[in-house]
Amino acid sequence: MAHVEGQQHPIGIYLKIWGLLFVLSAASYMVDYLHIQGYLRWFLIIVFMLLKAGLIVAVFMHMMWERLALMYAILVPTLLLMVLVGIGALEADYTFFTRGVFFVKQLL
Amino acid sequence: MTPPATPTQTAQAPALLEGVPGIVADWSSDQRSFKNVPWGKAMMWIFLLSDTFIFSSFLISYMTVRMSTTEPWPNPSEVFALTIFGKHIPLILIAIMTFVLISSSGTMAMAVKFGYEKNRRMTFILLLITAALGATFVGMQAFEWTKLIEDGVRPWGNPMGAAQFGASFFMITGFHGTHVSIGVIFLLIVAAKVIRGDLDNERPGFLTGRKGKYEIVEIMGLYWHFVDLVWVFIFAVFYLW
Repeated sequence: MAHVEGQQHPIGIYLKIWGLLFVLSAASYMVDYLHIQGYLRWFLIIVFMLLKAGLIVAVFMHMMWERLALMYAILVPTLLLMVLVGIGALEADYTFFTRGVFFVKQLL
Repeated sequence: MTPPATPTQTAQAPALLEGVPGIVADWSSDQRSFKNVPWGKAMMWIFLLSDTFIFSSFLISYMTVRMSTTEPWPNPSEVFALTIFGKHIPLILIAIMTFVLISSSGTMAMAVKFGYEKNRRMTFILLLITAALGATFVGMQAFEWTKLIEDGVRPWGNPMGAAQFGASFFMITGFHGTHVSIGVIFLLIVAAKVIRGDLDNERPGFLTGRKGKYEIVEIMGLYWHFVDLVWVFIFAVFYLW
């Protein structure tokens, strides 16, 4: 190979991942189409979302072939977002509660 | 004076360590930390990380307002339904947009592959298909916005329910659509460079004066896949919730 830098992979892997992304997208659309509700809906949506995101980052963006130094530098900081999700959820619950209290008082 | 080390010369450098010792060695090498990666690509990754935080801020704010509203949230399944050939299909527009964007990601990945093979013609064609699919996506989004605005959706309220729906919708999809539009322009510029032979002839760039190389196709690809990646999250949490 003349270029060590370039990412060279057979075309088949891209076509396979493309097909897989189509299937996963169709599956997540079917969750809505078939009116699946409750925890099962949440579970399926999140699973399909994470699978699709993982495939795009790993294969299309070549992350699985990069060195760990780059992989960790990019992927680990995104985990911090889970803290922000947690804070947002706590805050939203509290706002919802206070709104409930306030609006009930108005009715009385 | 010896010329400064170029990335291609690292091929002769001593073998790099793997695993956790590799991370420590890369970061403590007193040289660039990202070995085997052109700096433009490392910088694109860092930009994308910052963009991840921007989009996450939008999506998390959306989650917070949606969870805290006491009014019912408009049902996305119904809001984005279309009647095609007399049949009422829920969320169909968004599903088609999703398939269009995923297809553009597939053609982009193949454009990068043909780029590194120095197949000028195939790279050009695939980049153009990617740009066309991206433009289709933006067009469908314009249609979606028009339809919602006609239905009375505004950033400050709407006839269907919680007032925060409009603000979240226009902010999140608007920012994403802007990214797609910039990506289409970026794709057309790279496609023009490819077909003109700038990358084979290492012609200096118009703005930066850097030598043309096929790695710019991959860097462009990272941006485009990221746009698709963000849509995966928007599709899941905004349209399917």
